[in-house]
Amino acid sequence: MTDEPPLVKIRGIKLEGRSDETWNPIINGVDLTLARGEVLGLIGESGAGKSTLGLAAMGYTRDGVRISDGTVEFDGIDLLTASAAIKRDLLGKRIAYVAQSAAASFNPAHKLMEQHVEGPVQHGVNDRGSSEEDGIELYRKLRLPNPDEIGFRYPHQVSGGQLQRAMTAMAMSCRPDLIIFDEPTTALDVTTQIEVLASIRDIVEQYNTAAIYITHDLAVVAQMADRIKVLLKGDEVETADTRTMLSAPTQEYTKSLWAVRSFERPKKPAVSTGAVPVISVQNVDAAYGKVPVLYDVSFDMHSGRTVAVVGESGSGKSTTARCITGLLPPTAGQIMLDGEVLPADYRKRSKDQLRQVQMIYQMADTALNPRMSIGQIIARPVQFYLGLTGAEKRKRVDALLEEIELEPTEYYNRLPSELSGGQKQRIGIARALAAEPKFIICDEVTSALDQLVAEGILRLLARLQDQLSLSYMFITHDLATVRAIADEVVVMKDGRVIEQGDKDEMFRPPHHAYTDLLLSSVPEMDPDWLSNLLAERGVDNIGDAAVDKM
Amino acid sequence: MIWFVAALLGMAAIAWVFRFAGQTVTGNAPRFRDMPYGVAYGYVLGTVVVLWLAWAYMQGLSEDTAIANKFFFLRIAIEGFIIFAIAAWLFRILGRTIGTAWSRKMFRSMPLTASFGILTILIYAILAIFAPAFAPYGQEQIIPGVAANIVPGGDVALGGNPDFPLGTDQIGRDIMSRLIYGAQNTVGIAFATTLLAFLLGGTFGFLAATLGGWLDQILSRLVDVLMAIPSLIFALLLMTIASVWAPQLGIPLTVFMVLIIAVIDSTRVFRLARAVGQNIVVMDYIEAAKLRGEGLGYLVFKEILPNATAPLLAEFGLRFCFVFLTIAALSFLGVGIQPPLADWGTMVRDLGGFVNYAQFAPLAATAPLLAAGAIALLTVAVNFVVDWMLHKSSGLKE
Repeated sequence: MTDEPPLVKIRGIKLEGRSDETWNPIINGVDLTLARGEVLGLIGESGAGKSTLGLAAMGYTRDGVRISDGTVEFDGIDLLTASAAIKRDLLGKRIAYVAQSAAASFNPAHKLMEQHVEGPVQHGVNDRGSSEEDGIELYRKLRLPNPDEIGFRYPHQVSGGQLQRAMTAMAMSCRPDLIIFDEPTTALDVTTQIEVLASIRDIVEQYNTAAIYITHDLAVVAQMADRIKVLLKGDEVETADTRTMLSAPTQEYTKSLWAVRSFERPKKPAVSTGAVPVISVQNVDAAYGKVPVLYDVSFDMHSGRTVAVVGESGSGKSTTARCITGLLPPTAGQIMLDGEVLPADYRKRSKDQLRQVQMIYQMADTALNPRMSIGQIIARPVQFYLGLTGAEKRKRVDALLEEIELEPTEYYNRLPSELSGGQKQRIGIARALAAEPKFIICDEVTSALDQLVAEGILRLLARLQDQLSLSYMFITHDLATVRAIADEVVVMKDGRVIEQGDKDEMFRPPHHAYTDLLLSSVPEMDPDWLSNLLAERGVDNIGDAAVDKM
Repeated sequence: MIWFVAALLGMAAIAWVFRFAGQTVTGNAPRFRDMPYGVAYGYVLGTVVVLWLAWAYMQGLSEDTAIANKFFFLRIAIEGFIIFAIAAWLFRILGRTIGTAWSRKMFRSMPLTASFGILTILIYAILAIFAPAFAPYGQEQIIPGVAANIVPGGDVALGGNPDFPLGTDQIGRDIMSRLIYGAQNTVGIAFATTLLAFLLGGTFGFLAATLGGWLDQILSRLVDVLMAIPSLIFALLLMTIASVWAPQLGIPLTVFMVLIIAVIDSTRVFRLARAVGQNIVVMDYIEAAKLRGEGLGYLVFKEILPNATAPLLAEFGLRFCFVFLTIAALSFLGVGIQPPLADWGTMVRDLGGFVNYAQFAPLAATAPLLAAGAIALLTVAVNFVVDWMLHKSSGLKE
């Protein structure tokens, strides 16, 4: 690098957040330097202060957060003491921000193009006409379908991945020197994510824009960033060149992050022929109102084994789970439990049948009643199904809490809001276990969690399965999770089962074309992965574009 | 008019000078540098208003009764405001120093408006519950040998009587006693009515949200029909019918009034409970409870209700004000709480004529305003508390 002054220079920044009446530190003195045209990846768990630091690089803090110490310089301008007028001129024009949820960040009442031209016109960079032309040009470069027309649609008329790219285009509209990407692909499917990643990387390179890329997904950051900075609880762990960081991390924490993906269970012996499956889904069709969503879905789940159901959102994974639980009675076909037909509607099932099928939800936040204490939440099924009361009930709840590795005396009286994401998910598991079921549906249980925490949950589930010989139906779109925990895999697309079989078979070619696409869309830790894939397949043959061609 | 425009323009100029001076004197400190012009104007406008109020207050204290009378009510309002503010502040300090850790913490984060509201509600509640202990006379007692229409204030020179600090009404009853009993009657009945409205509306609203389907359709459309009729007119109509039935059936008219207002107001509660309930019903923990095989009672009372308390409690406060005002309005119109029971609405109606004397004999005009003020004060207090609770409950969700 030459002696050119850095674009962003943050020195010893300290940020504090207010909770109740005290200010608690979020970032404790972090330095950050970013050269022009450089992409810096910021990674860390949730709560590590990634987003707060990213926003601080714009001289901005969220409500209830303050900068208590340190300096932020952007191109020689001190952002912390700059006047409102100067900041107003910088933000949007020279510094832009791309938020995690594009759907929530666009104004639903205006067309994309109207929102796109707002920045350049407001900042006097361009007049309306030429910024519209420029917008179409950017849409084309980001490979959005129908670039000439897509700007005249409303946000709800385009898909999530397209919206994320439209937002990147909007951030680009004034040709900023710096863009902050705050988890831009976290909410997207793998096949959509890969398209967005390729587009973002392309355009940032093309215009030599510097970027701070915030994410918790290591494989993603490996594709995007020149340098990586790892944060842990507001402290910097280490910063290094992407390749160095991936091949030779120096700190223990970084190493543990890297090692997460190594968890894999030993292969189990094949199911003996003639064994009665715990749950058998037989030729199930289902519909929401008049819209059919499942067509002839069949698969078996055996005792002590995990079946992973994979597919994009909208492929019918969760709908299948709803059919099994009886929330959505199938229009044709049936569900068998231990060789007996289950009534289609959960209201017609017996208490014991309900007990055998339990569910763990994706969002632990909405799955636990926020007004009930942990003890009450777990005690309810214990009392309801097993009829235990008083001291016996308490004993059982304590045993369950120990089972999920939480200290009973400490957690019994806490409310869900006083727990971390991973702990909440553990409570969800304990509630399911409390019913002493045979079969548990795990609906994306790890997708909202950080990798280290998710790994802990997976290990816990695996251990419980071995102890209690539970059968899991594991709904996920993350193939790394599948690799870690599944015995069998069912691939779904558009409400149909495309392929199913043993895990090893599934990960070994030849695949069905769709399975192949899914597998190849999962980012790997290799920094050349995206480039290689693009070279191999061509830009038009990845992600949703390729799905559409099928 | 010209003076008014000139004053506005003058303030605009002062605002500009103020900001410019601030920038120069402080060496462009961020506070003045980033101050929008509107904010500077706001400072100047606020200062002018405060100065005018101070001037008006001094006028109210003037020796010349003609001038003093002109500013009498403003003076009372300013004095009241300051006294209430100090009382609320003291009350908050008290709350912060004594009580449990939980209540101390609550008082520490409490704005002054909320502590004023709580204090006022507490005083009303105590007065209402122990009315016979506080009231010097009975509510319907016509005190022998005492003139009617004694002016409040107790100043003999102005036509008052120190034995009756708030004066007497047109047939010689003590207004202070009637105000205190009025708290019991009006507030007590309003509280009972609101409770009933919530029982009705809440139960049916949650049922509609949980069960959905045809029950939801029938209840919701029924509520739509009831809500389509202007509520006060509807209540008046029903009360007129009830006033014929009541003597025939031997049931006090008040019971009918409570029922009628409760039913009319329960439609609003139904709407809220249904909307809040519907948001809760889609949560995964409700699904988990349903899949567990839980019954309707458990779902509504253990899973939904605890999560709906914050918005419902806030609505309770607001609804209480509306019910309370409806009762006062009905009483004012003559079909509500019946004499000789003391009721604030009736008191305003009976003494209303005195308002005409406000220009030259403000003390005489105060008589009807006392009851009106009692209504206004409680309404404001309840709203302050509700605002604060809403703020707190929305903060919890973040």
